[in-house]
Amino acid sequence: MNMIVGKSKQEDQQMKNNAEIVFETKDLNLWYGNTHALKNINLPIYEKKVTAIIGPSGCGKSTYLKTLNRMVELVQGVKTSGEITYRNENILNRSFKVEELRTNVGMVFQKPNPFPKSIYENIAYGPKIHGIKNKKILDQIVEKSLRGAYIWDEVKDRLKENAYGLSGGQQQRLCIARCLAIEPDVILMDEPTSALDPKSTLKVEELIQELKKDYSIVIVTHNMQQAARISDHTAFMLNGELVEFSDTDTLFSTPMDRRTEDYITGRFS
Amino acid sequence: MVAREQFEMELKAVKDKVIELAEKAKLQLNDSVNALYQANATAAEQVIEKDKELDNIDLDINETSILLIARQQPVASDLRKLIVAIRTASDLERMADNAKNIARSTIHLGENHDLEIHPALDDMRAVANRMIDLAILAYREEDITLAKKLSELDDLIDEMYAKVLKELLEETATDPQKIQLIMQIAFSGRYIERFGDHLTNIAENIMYLVKGQTLDLNE
Repeated sequence: MNMIVGKSKQEDQQMKNNAEIVFETKDLNLWYGNTHALKNINLPIYEKKVTAIIGPSGCGKSTYLKTLNRMVELVQGVKTSGEITYRNENILNRSFKVEELRTNVGMVFQKPNPFPKSIYENIAYGPKIHGIKNKKILDQIVEKSLRGAYIWDEVKDRLKENAYGLSGGQQQRLCIARCLAIEPDVILMDEPTSALDPKSTLKVEELIQELKKDYSIVIVTHNMQQAARISDHTAFMLNGELVEFSDTDTLFSTPMDRRTEDYITGRFS
Repeated sequence: MVAREQFEMELKAVKDKVIELAEKAKLQLNDSVNALYQANATAAEQVIEKDKELDNIDLDINETSILLIARQQPVASDLRKLIVAIRTASDLERMADNAKNIARSTIHLGENHDLEIHPALDDMRAVANRMIDLAILAYREEDITLAKKLSELDDLIDEMYAKVLKELLEETATDPQKIQLIMQIAFSGRYIERFGDHLTNIAENIMYLVKGQTLDLNE
């Protein structure tokens, strides 16, 4: 099946010319054992933009997200073909250093997963692993990261307290701050607000809008309104295939493929 | 694909209301023009009175659509269906206002005038009737080919109006005593001509509904 790009070829070309591509996925296939989970995916991820991936459960969107930092390799029996270039280097090459990739590509998960440590230690942990020992520098990183995730004012007076004492929404923003501490290039988010209440969801969404000034963001979400609200581009996946990819305005107003229309209008059985 | 059946039914109910409003606006046009030709002020009063009912249908379509947008958060063609219903209802309501204006002219002329109402107004009314029928069909079937024909018919009404206006102006020159009365007939012609403009807007709405693009057919 061919992917439909919801813009004329010239417009699409212009879109590509105007924005740098961070990740380029070419003919990506992925199998879990005998299950063909991703089928011939071709998809660009643009720099300093929010790309949303939507689709029903089991469509392969989380699998795709996890190929971008090669976390998918943690599952036994995974096989891939095709390529994903990150800044023009194929990350699926065995020679590509996965540690380097994960330094550049941070990830935020569905459920906030702070370490059972202080707020400070949660943020300082990554930089420490990367060899930063100087307390003053670590202090600066902690403050900068917490400010970057718009949670500094809420936690600055209790940095030594256990992160588990924070609310769910605060924990998720702490995890985003933790991700920022290693100064990534790209942030992957796997349903980052699905465990949060509407107010916390709004805060995280506002944060994503701020973060895209400095980072490229890929977000998997079940919440279509969220994808419509916060993303610049949207990809719709179904049964392991990429059905449609276009700018979000087009995808949510005049999708090209009937299946996309059925999904976003809730007529999908 | 069986999902959102309730929403589907609600969307259909809105569409049916829009069609009902279009049919009532057509009736208002015909009743007002008949009253004009028959110099029947009572019938004209009834047209004015009935306009409130059409205003309420427009209001109802607006409120229902806004509620559905708020509660169902529609996107893509579903959203367009509701936006188009709101826009179309607004055009139909303004068409009905033009019928009301024709009725007012009839009342202004009174029942005892000896003016002959220009026969071209009746021809314009016939074209407007055709346009309304076409618009209802195009909206019901979401047929853009039919919608495109509406702008051609609008051009025809415009031409007819220009001709009748010229003739009426000539009449005022030969019979200046009747200028006030003749102007009421000219206004009525203008009100029928406005039906064509609103129906062309409706054609644009249908194009937007189907294609997702806004086009200007009035140009």
